[in-house]
Amino acid sequence: MAFFRKSHEMHTRRFSRNMGLGVVLAAFVALVFGLTIAKVSQEDFAVPDTAKGVGYGESD
Amino acid sequence: MSDASFDVTANKTGSAPPQDAGFPDFFALLKPRVMSLVVFTALVGLLAAPVSVHPIVGFTAILFIAIGGGASGALNMWWDADIDRIMNRTKDRPIPAGRITEGEAFGFGIALSAISVVMLGLATNLVAAGLLAFTIFFYVVIYSMWLKRWTPQNIVIGGAAGALPPMIGWAAATGGISIESLLMFALIFMWTPPHFWALALFMKSDYDEAGVPMLTSTHGRRVTRNHILVYTILLVPVSFALLFTSIGGPVYLVAAVLLNALFLRGAWRIWNRDEVAADADEYATEKTVFKHSLYYLFGLFVAILIDAVLRSNDLLGAGPLGIWGI
Repeated sequence: MAFFRKSHEMHTRRFSRNMGLGVVLAAFVALVFGLTIAKVSQEDFAVPDTAKGVGYGESD
Repeated sequence: MSDASFDVTANKTGSAPPQDAGFPDFFALLKPRVMSLVVFTALVGLLAAPVSVHPIVGFTAILFIAIGGGASGALNMWWDADIDRIMNRTKDRPIPAGRITEGEAFGFGIALSAISVVMLGLATNLVAAGLLAFTIFFYVVIYSMWLKRWTPQNIVIGGAAGALPPMIGWAAATGGISIESLLMFALIFMWTPPHFWALALFMKSDYDEAGVPMLTSTHGRRVTRNHILVYTILLVPVSFALLFTSIGGPVYLVAAVLLNALFLRGAWRIWNRDEVAADADEYATEKTVFKHSLYYLFGLFVAILIDAVLRSNDLLGAGPLGIWGI
């Protein structure tokens, strides 16, 4: 089974680089999520008209 | 600069054979020590602004200003790899040491530049993003590619790139440019030449061997000493001008008086001695002034920050100095 296959020497050699990149990407996802929450939580936040879609406000 | 072609796939002649770079090598490409000054001055610009920013938005802004600054550092290392191999101070950097290829550094710098500008624009506003893009362009194209190897005035004009971060921080908060942010820019811009020339006086062999036209080699060390004194004198009114804006305050007043006196005294001592005296004590005065110049900039920006904190807690009154009645 591939799961138990011994790592290629290159993977061992590049472990710290790949691990670092993985952590950076995870942190980037968390940052974008946090930024989104911060933006939509601000008092002056409003959904742009162009993003409201068809039928928005028809019941008003 | 015939050796600096756009063939980014291969190392230039004389490189050590490429090895696998680790994560710390890519981090080193960002010039972390320079980045720390960028982070600090941008943070002061952001916090001194009269507009409060959500902590996560502020953190994101500072992070991507830092990454943009680091990206320009990586592109600078890509372009200057040939002279980095010659200078003792830089020969252990990732590219000359053979740990990262020039192509990797170029791709890394371009990718981070794009990401940082786009993310700063999304997190804050287009003015801040535009200023960051201009900073990267100025440092890489105007300073590294054009001025650095062409004129001894390289660091005078090129210093603009290092002076822009507080303007970016201010713009991230306010969405614009004002007299306060322009004066913070001017403060770093005028501080850079005497700071760097003091370094050039005691790091003489490095720049000479690399063929970088520093004032010390093109116009002589006597002229460099004169320039340090003149630029330091010109720096004084610029630093005091900040007092009369909305970010000036009593802490800044005290810091400006003390630090300008210290820096002026150092510049006077550098001007007042010759190479014989400097050689005799191994450039002790020049090294001290270089160190004091770091304290100077750090101290003034800390003072701006303290006044901003006092002002936000209503501990400072109205008026240009932040003191009632003045």
